[in-house]
Amino acid sequence: MWRSAWCRALALLLATLPAGAQEKRSGYDDAGPQVRAMQDDDMANPAFLWVRQGEALWERREGMAGRSCADCHGAVEGMRGVAARHPEFDAARGRVVTLEQRVNLCRTDYQGAAALAPESDALLGITALVGLQSRGMPVAVEVEGAAAAAVARGEAFFRLRQGQLNLSCAQCHDGLAGQSLAGSRIPQGHANAYPIYRLEWQGMGSLHRRLRACLVGVRAEPLGRDDGLLADLELFLAARAAGLVVETPGVRP
Amino acid sequence: MAVRPLLSVPREVKAGVPFEVRILIQHPMETGFRRDAVGGVIARDIIHTFECSVDGEEVFAARLEPAVAANPFLAFSARLERSGTMVLRWVDDRGVEAEERVAIRVV
Repeated sequence: MWRSAWCRALALLLATLPAGAQEKRSGYDDAGPQVRAMQDDDMANPAFLWVRQGEALWERREGMAGRSCADCHGAVEGMRGVAARHPEFDAARGRVVTLEQRVNLCRTDYQGAAALAPESDALLGITALVGLQSRGMPVAVEVEGAAAAAVARGEAFFRLRQGQLNLSCAQCHDGLAGQSLAGSRIPQGHANAYPIYRLEWQGMGSLHRRLRACLVGVRAEPLGRDDGLLADLELFLAARAAGLVVETPGVRP
Repeated sequence: MAVRPLLSVPREVKAGVPFEVRILIQHPMETGFRRDAVGGVIARDIIHTFECSVDGEEVFAARLEPAVAANPFLAFSARLERSGTMVLRWVDDRGVEAEERVAIRVV
């Protein structure tokens, strides 16, 4: 039992290794030195402006219950590891839950508050703050058991050719990673630094915003925010990035 | 939600020895050249003036232009002969003024 689980984990690891690449590379390694310097220095990383908002929100009492995040969870340092294991399969709900969705479930179920708007400064701030607590830990999501089907659905989507350009994620980020696209290095597309501060956006964005931009880029239909497939894809991407360290909040060009 | 800037200033410095001041301010720096979904011009809103003084004496000032990206990052050097309070102040196109104060001790 134990051995077969280990074998399956190894098989998944091998299956998810980018073709032609010997090792996993974070997007950080493919970014320029100026971008890396911004991420390396917490006082120069603009994402920390959002982390500060998240810190204020962590302590603020919200909703009908009049509870803050801190009232249940204590100091935010206690959230170490949470971002490293998300998205996770939620057995009670029978679906994969991303970190953004987990925060909003906390708000609606335990705080009696309205869900935070997608891509709002508040939601990006709180997810950046929680993600920061896992910085330096390896990405390690659960891919066994009930989660396996979701990972498979995410992978199928990753390998699906789609859009007017008829491209799959895998064609570029597995097959052509490391090569150039219009002067930029094609990264392996690992999602180990979200939410990120992206210079092109001149702002902060979630993984969903990034994936939306990818899908629009190949002229395909973007996934809706509440589409279960989006969470499945995020889970597959985390499984694919397994072992890379969490860099949240990252800076990307 | 107005958020305070990321400010990096040493609290203790040596007399006459230059030190670095770095500040990262959250601001959209809207250029005034963009249009919204119905074609109307989005009004310019940038931080146009930044000043840094110590006990009333100016040590650094900058005039920012629309080409500066959102969330501007400024870094400059300063030198002090005696202890004082550094005041960093900036104003944007909407007339919003903000400032940060840091007491710096010369040792």
